[in-house]
Amino acid sequence: MNITLRVWRQKNADDKGKMVTYGLEDVSTDMSFLEMLDVLNEQLTLSGDEPIAFDHDCREGICGSCGVVINGLAHGPQVSTTCQLHMRSFEDGAVIDVEPWRAGAFPVVKDLVVDRGSFDRIIQAGGFISAPTGSAPEANNLPVPKKDADHAFESAACIGCGACVAACPNGSGMLFTAAKITHLGLLPQGQPERDSRVIGMVEQHDHEGFGGCTNIGECTAACPKGIPLDTISRLNRDLLGALAKGKA
Amino acid sequence: MAVSGLIMLGYLLVHMYGNLKFFQGREKFDGYLHETLPHMFYPYLPEGGALWIIRVLLILALVVHAYAASTLWRRNKAAAGYVGGKRYHTTQHKTGNQRSYSSFKMLWGGVILFLFIIGHVAQMMPNWLSPGGASDSKYDRVVNGFELWWVVLLYTIGLVAVGFHLAHGFWSALTTLGQNRSSTRRGSRWTLISIALATLITVGFISVPFAVLFFGAGS
Amino acid sequence: MSTTTNASEQFHSVGVDIADAKAPKGPIEQRWDSRKFNAKLVNPANRRKLSVIIVGTGLAGASAAATLGEAGYHVKSFCYQDSPRRAHSIAAQGGINAAKNYRNDGDSVYRLFYDTVKGGDFRARESNVYRLAQVSVNIIDQCVAQGVPFAREYGGLLDNRSFGGVQVSRTFYARGQTGQQLLIGAYQALERQIGAGTVEMNTRHEMLELIMVDDRARGIIVRDMVTGEIETHTADAVVLATGGYGNVFFLSTNAMGSNITAPWRAHRKGAYFANPCYTQIHPTCIPVSGDYQSKLTLMSESLRNDGRIWVPKVAGDDRLPSDIPEDERDYYLERIYPSFGNLVPRDIASRAAKYQCDAGKGVGPGGLGVYLDFAEAIERLGRPAVEAKYGNLFDMYAQITGENPYEQPMRIYPAVHYTMGGLWVDYDLQSNLTGLFVAGEANFSEHGANRLGASALMQGLADGYFVLPNTIADYLASGPYEKIADDHPAVLEARAAVEERVHKLLSINGTRTVDSFHKELGQIMWEYCGMERSEEGLIKAIGMIRELKAEFWSNVKVTGVNEELNQTLERANRVGDFFELGELMCIDALNRRESCGGHFRAESQTEDGEALRHDDEFAYVSAWEFGGDTPVLHKEPLEYEYVEMKARSYK
Repeated sequence: MNITLRVWRQKNADDKGKMVTYGLEDVSTDMSFLEMLDVLNEQLTLSGDEPIAFDHDCREGICGSCGVVINGLAHGPQVSTTCQLHMRSFEDGAVIDVEPWRAGAFPVVKDLVVDRGSFDRIIQAGGFISAPTGSAPEANNLPVPKKDADHAFESAACIGCGACVAACPNGSGMLFTAAKITHLGLLPQGQPERDSRVIGMVEQHDHEGFGGCTNIGECTAACPKGIPLDTISRLNRDLLGALAKGKA
Repeated sequence: MAVSGLIMLGYLLVHMYGNLKFFQGREKFDGYLHETLPHMFYPYLPEGGALWIIRVLLILALVVHAYAASTLWRRNKAAAGYVGGKRYHTTQHKTGNQRSYSSFKMLWGGVILFLFIIGHVAQMMPNWLSPGGASDSKYDRVVNGFELWWVVLLYTIGLVAVGFHLAHGFWSALTTLGQNRSSTRRGSRWTLISIALATLITVGFISVPFAVLFFGAGS
Repeated sequence: MSTTTNASEQFHSVGVDIADAKAPKGPIEQRWDSRKFNAKLVNPANRRKLSVIIVGTGLAGASAAATLGEAGYHVKSFCYQDSPRRAHSIAAQGGINAAKNYRNDGDSVYRLFYDTVKGGDFRARESNVYRLAQVSVNIIDQCVAQGVPFAREYGGLLDNRSFGGVQVSRTFYARGQTGQQLLIGAYQALERQIGAGTVEMNTRHEMLELIMVDDRARGIIVRDMVTGEIETHTADAVVLATGGYGNVFFLSTNAMGSNITAPWRAHRKGAYFANPCYTQIHPTCIPVSGDYQSKLTLMSESLRNDGRIWVPKVAGDDRLPSDIPEDERDYYLERIYPSFGNLVPRDIASRAAKYQCDAGKGVGPGGLGVYLDFAEAIERLGRPAVEAKYGNLFDMYAQITGENPYEQPMRIYPAVHYTMGGLWVDYDLQSNLTGLFVAGEANFSEHGANRLGASALMQGLADGYFVLPNTIADYLASGPYEKIADDHPAVLEARAAVEERVHKLLSINGTRTVDSFHKELGQIMWEYCGMERSEEGLIKAIGMIRELKAEFWSNVKVTGVNEELNQTLERANRVGDFFELGELMCIDALNRRESCGGHFRAESQTEDGEALRHDDEFAYVSAWEFGGDTPVLHKEPLEYEYVEMKARSYK
């Protein structure tokens, strides 16, 4: 198949950036989207142009490195990571627009690469259970109901790719934050720090310049791991509870 | 945002109850407005006291709601990472994966509502801005006003805006208060309840002007 | 039959034997306690003055950084990804072993030790493996305390499964995402320390050189991948936890960025590289679909429990699988290994698939694939049962290939998955370079010639949480060492080497892309140093790699500049080191004239074609000292006091 790509090119953080059009011929439908970009990059390199920079690593949908906005949708038309999207999802002759995640808290580094360090800093602000090495009790001393364990797992499946922020019209990172709150808040080990965790993480989230959540639900619809939307409700419950206790 | 919104929603339900008394005729309607309401909680509160409390509370809720909205709007605009006036330069999927029209238009719907509320209060102030003719009877003022097609049209716009605003707003408020248990936006039971509530309020309010204009009620 | 002449000696020289000087003697179950007791301690008040550099943030690196940070040391952590959470440990699916014996099925520390030594085909150290089995139980406790959501039973206790052909259920898991959950646990502990200020995190920083001062590892040179700035970082000790080198094959299940550069730079500075030829090839991966293929995706081995592997009986049969009648199919594993059938170990299943494809019976694009057929399982168990068991794997397969595995057989082919070789370390995980420690897949020590399923996660976390923090303290207790000035001759020399290399890569401006070289190297390695190696093939490969390396350094095209994010430059630099590693792997494979674990030498097989080990000649670790074109082989003899050396048999 033949396709036309319109790709966001931006030399560095200070550059203004613009959409640049490339034609690509003989694209195999079995290629992954990133392999298609590899092929384009090989052609660009040979013709002396700079290849398009994009983040990627495991290419099996779990590391969370990759992620671009394809035709206005975070990770493209399928609910999966960009590396798991294949060219068979597009028509022959398609015009495909490729842009980086857009968010104030994710400044563009180059082309399609953004800086997601803000996510790490949200985790630093409380997204953990303090359990220094060596202090752990015997694992089976602490039974966790299967239902809670499974539910916690669902939220823990977040890969931190940032699609939720890119899809959210408000550029809010609430789903990412709520996924961690839910994962740790559902487990008995997570209870002692539950209040300080939610307050710390939400404060950091706001401080990083993420937008406010208006409960639109685009985040969940775009999430490649299907992090459920009720995690945000749970975060709000925990936050109200913590504030009511005067923990702020 | 959630709490102030819910206060105003609560008021709307009571307000609609009052409006629907229109269909019981001029006596009951005027009686409710001129006698029942001012004597709410009398003698624990002075005559008209409850109404003033409600008025102050509503104005406060409105101010808080509008202030929160404008803060949120500014914050979210900065957070969305606009480049050259646009966020994404593609022309495809402008409304994302699943966004509803109502969630998309919360802000502009809110602005329309704000203007509507000002006009509405002005119209209903005793004989101040009274399209169709002034009268001491509220019932008459309602009838006089709604016999004009453009008044009904403006009302309809306002009430449809209320409907859309609530369809998302009620759901959103509950989520903010931690009450959503659904894994997706669309699958939630509260989504249906919100839409039903929004429809009820829009239809309930709009029934009076439509009855006046199209079926000649009250004349 | 082993060949009598050693053809490898034209490529290397032989140095003196080495030994692990740190392993305590005495009963095996007391050795670790004894080492811990005899190790020097560091007063908590002094720890802040001692600094440690840790490169890599996978299971080993993140857990070590978090633990040392908690202990109060000043830790500097580095990773090439944009966040420490993305290290490739995250992709491990299956599970993590621990000798908890929760099933009451006869498991014990001793049995895990025994299985691991035997599984490693008697090429791992007994002391190290025993320690690994001992601390395995602490790992599970630690991870549960951190909130890792392991699978649980209805009673709320931890669930286990049997994994990788062992007879006890000792594998803990979190659906098919065990690696992810364990890494996120370690990552959160690391982020906590970053927030607390004990760990200084440097993301998008790649180590390009090791700084040696007075025969001690004292620092590293890194490139800031966003600005291109070449930075110097010094410390009292350096830890490499940079993972494996499967990407020397270009196509592997490793992440695209996984590379050998950090260990290789250390190797060039004197660190021995042990057993480079030991690679693990996983039989059930999704086959290559075209030249553009960038990586291979693993599917859980559990598929072989119910799927039947076959190829057409006649070479070149290109009918659809559904059109090939039952009597024209060859269920070759069931035919050759009647007692184990489709469940033979990884290396045997992989090699058998290669033989079928070499004989022209392969299926799918390029004839590189065999069928894994579930038709019989679906008939026997019903589609819902198959769906419940393998649904997510089938979905993944359908997503990648566009084929429906419920209706037509899957196609599978082996792929490089894990590398057992790595930098040589002693019992303390210290390399032969004083002050340089190596943890996780980057070292060579616990898996011998073959790694058992669900043992990689165990080793990474054992090293990072429990072993290294104890042993490195013994070294740090003699510090802090003299501060290194930025203009120290050793620093300047290391910086100059990096700058020169970067400049060189950018100035060649040839006509071939980095990836084209990498792909060609990968093909050579896969063909001659893959599942089956022969003297002739390896000698040929060494020549081909040398030619290709020479062409690379004169004809590669690297666009852009150093002073900004330049992914081509990053790759070129890594590929440059892969050439040298590939060469050493071939030399090591050539020297090891036996079939052992993941290494199968064509010249060393039994009459019926099975792997033949030569314990009399090769029961040693091959530790290679860098020597340009002629590396120096140091042998570390292996002794087995507890587990009797026996040959494997799966007939």
